[in-house]
Amino acid sequence: MAKNVKIYSTPTCPWCIRVKQFFKENNIAFEDYDVSTDHAKSEEMVNKSGQMGVPVIDIEGEIIVGFDKEKIKQVLGL
Amino acid sequence: MKVYDLIIVGAGPAGITACVYAARKRMDFLVITGDIGGQAAWSGDIENYTGYQFITGADLVKKFEEHMRSYDASVKEGEGVVGVEKPGELVLVKTNKGIEYQAKTVIIASGKRSKEAGASGEKEYKNKGVSYCATCDGPIFNAKIVAIIGGGNSALDAALQLTRIAKQVYVINNTPQLSGDAIMRKKVEDATNVSILNNSKVAAILGDKFVNAIRLNQAGEEKTLSVQGVFVEIGLIPNSDFVKGVKKNAQGEIIINNRNETNIPGIFAAGDVTDVPEKQIIIAAGEGSKACLSAFRYLARS
Repeated sequence: MAKNVKIYSTPTCPWCIRVKQFFKENNIAFEDYDVSTDHAKSEEMVNKSGQMGVPVIDIEGEIIVGFDKEKIKQVLGL
Repeated sequence: MKVYDLIIVGAGPAGITACVYAARKRMDFLVITGDIGGQAAWSGDIENYTGYQFITGADLVKKFEEHMRSYDASVKEGEGVVGVEKPGELVLVKTNKGIEYQAKTVIIASGKRSKEAGASGEKEYKNKGVSYCATCDGPIFNAKIVAIIGGGNSALDAALQLTRIAKQVYVINNTPQLSGDAIMRKKVEDATNVSILNNSKVAAILGDKFVNAIRLNQAGEEKTLSVQGVFVEIGLIPNSDFVKGVKKNAQGEIIINNRNETNIPGIFAAGDVTDVPEKQIIIAAGEGSKACLSAFRYLARS
């Protein structure tokens, strides 16, 4: 079954764009939260990850900070 | 141990272009890099790369990567090079995975990185209030108080972005006045929520879980400001520390001639890590191709 994938991003952050490109190339469905406009999600992201940098990726509760391709592949089983 | 014809260190515009040329010359080579795209991936809008009237940094890097991957090139991504030296006939390349590679030639295309301010607490609070990318992380600081360290164009650019997001923006500049372009200076000075602190140096970044203050020295006087974000925008330094024995200039850039040769035969360098005048994506790409052709000729001669 497809995993529940969320990304907390800003529209201007290059690594956010790269992560989303990566998901699309691998046909991974994801929910995208724009933390530059959604301040509740912004706080949620900081609480979940314990830090303030984007992107933050949440795969079934597993939190990955930044475009850590190897980690993402591993968690998604790619 | 296997001996490669060429190892390319870095996969920004210079490294990727060197890779394309090496693949087309059918060299037996390897690319070792922490990331793909380097600083180009961080660029916002690009309007001066020939063939593209407009492209974003992320999209251009995607095209670079596609081009690189269209050949059967061996790319070690996520592996950082920690040492390059030439003790004998071959160049040794050591990585942070504890692996040592050998090659007849090496191209250093490791680019530049953001300079750190050197304040205490800076490393500890990285991504916990301290950021080196206002474009990326700025929006998280909605309605918060932030400080920008620096007084040049990149600092002013960050300040302008943050005036629209943050409640209050301090610009902490260690010279008597801001040094960026006049137009940018005026915009920053005119913003109502900006305070410019000249002759000031940040001594410490303080906080608990996240940043909550900075301690600074303003013309000999100590001050503490309550801030939640600190953006360090004081320019770039070359990633050249790991290269042993090559000549570098005062900024740490690797000195090359117009064939991209360093003072050590077999070690070449290209792009922003070198003393090439002007740091541009298109220049770095051109330099990468030149370095690869020089390495190819070197191999043919020896």
